Amino acid sequence: MEVFTEKKNVKGIQSDGESKKDASKKSIVYDTKDLNLWYGEDQALKNINLSVYENEVTAIIGPSGCGKSTYIKTLNRMVEMVPIVRISGEILYREKNILNKSYKVEDLRTRVGMVFQKPNPFPKSIYENIAYGPKIHGIRSKKVLDEIVEESLKGAAIWDEVKDRLNENAYGLSGGQQQRLCIARCLAIEPDVILMDEPTSALDPISTSKIESLIQELKKNYSIIIVTHNMQQAARISDKTAFFLNGEVIEYENTNKIFSNPSDKRTEDYITGRFG
Amino acid sequence: MNTRSVFDENLKQLKENLLDMAEQAEKAIKASLEALIAQDLDKAQSIILRDKLINEQEEKIIDHATMLIATEAPVATDLRKIIVALRVSSEIERIGDLAVNIAKSTLHIGNEKHIKEIIEIPQMMDMALEMMRDAITSFYTEDAGLARKCAEKDDQVDETYGRLIKELMGYIPENPAATNQITQLAFVCRYIERVADHTTNIAENVIFLVTGKRYDLNA
Repeated sequence: MEVFTEKKNVKGIQSDGESKKDASKKSIVYDTKDLNLWYGEDQALKNINLSVYENEVTAIIGPSGCGKSTYIKTLNRMVEMVPIVRISGEILYREKNILNKSYKVEDLRTRVGMVFQKPNPFPKSIYENIAYGPKIHGIRSKKVLDEIVEESLKGAAIWDEVKDRLNENAYGLSGGQQQRLCIARCLAIEPDVILMDEPTSALDPISTSKIESLIQELKKNYSIIIVTHNMQQAARISDKTAFFLNGEVIEYENTNKIFSNPSDKRTEDYITGRFG
Repeated sequence: MNTRSVFDENLKQLKENLLDMAEQAEKAIKASLEALIAQDLDKAQSIILRDKLINEQEEKIIDHATMLIATEAPVATDLRKIIVALRVSSEIERIGDLAVNIAKSTLHIGNEKHIKEIIEIPQMMDMALEMMRDAITSFYTEDAGLARKCAEKDDQVDETYGRLIKELMGYIPENPAATNQITQLAFVCRYIERVADHTTNIAENVIFLVTGKRYDLNA
């Protein structure tokens, strides 16, 4: 299938063995440099410097209002939809500064998918939810679309549950299924990165486990950045964790280190539930 | 506001229970040596029976720690506190077992007259007990410095142990009839040396608790 082949070329997918190499040997997907962001007079992000690596799950944790959602929304420039936003610094995605006015936001969002806190399927059939993106990108062949729909739903571990009712409205699915459908919709346009903003906070524990297993599976082929309030989730599924507080990155480290022996007292206090 | 006051109270309780357990083990060790010197066989017997209480204390600590892991999902220092409590309780339980071993040696010697007055064994025991008190204090106060100092004393205990064993073995040719007694006293020296080793392990755990890094003090 052409789109999937293209993806391999673009990403240079690593083998399992290679993906286990040290982060220092992995490619950097996002390199944020001296990023500052203001909503009007209020500074929401302060001098953020953070590198996100390929084929890893990067978790962003921190108390409400710390800037973690703002940060993730700068990565696909969704934050620009807020009229009073001002930004300085650089966000290099695959070595190109996405904050440059010449960088086409449409191109960026083709490469960077996003999954939100609340599942937001289109009021269409399951099939159409997945086929919508590829159709916009000009794919008309029914055979190719069928393949994309099947592959995407399989990729999001929901195919077996919906394969017999692809023409039913997506609103008939459970919350957990809707969220996996949204992930499948994201996969259909062959992204390089998937941003997830508290993707399981509206889901029951079983659906949450399914999404977490899915994330572990997806990181073999995608780079994932996840904002989560669930500390145990960050500990379970991420390779690296960034702790945000009052718009600053307090600590960014391997997840094992953060949750076993953090360097900063504020990180320790937050992850052990002493504040926040 | 501390959002985890109940959990903190539980961690404190875990520590207090360990402290109680350590006190019981220390008493047992001291009593075992008193019984040895006084050849008090009833006392030795009672130490053996009372070890059950130390074992029960360990089980209580394990159950409490297990519940805290299951219900509080501890991380970082909280998790280390619980893991270390589990490990330390195991070391203390072993120290309790060594008191039993010393008591059993006392029973083996029975009423046979000691070939020589027992002087240096209690001195060695004092060293080991001082180490144990320091290790437990360092655990309670989370003092890595004290833990390191305590472990340094292990070399003195080892040195004394080596010397005493040599001395005891030297008595055998002159007192072949007392071979059993001399062997039992050598065992007692070995048990005291093991008390110091378990104490060193406690000190290593305290350093891990405080710094998050593993440390081999026996190396």
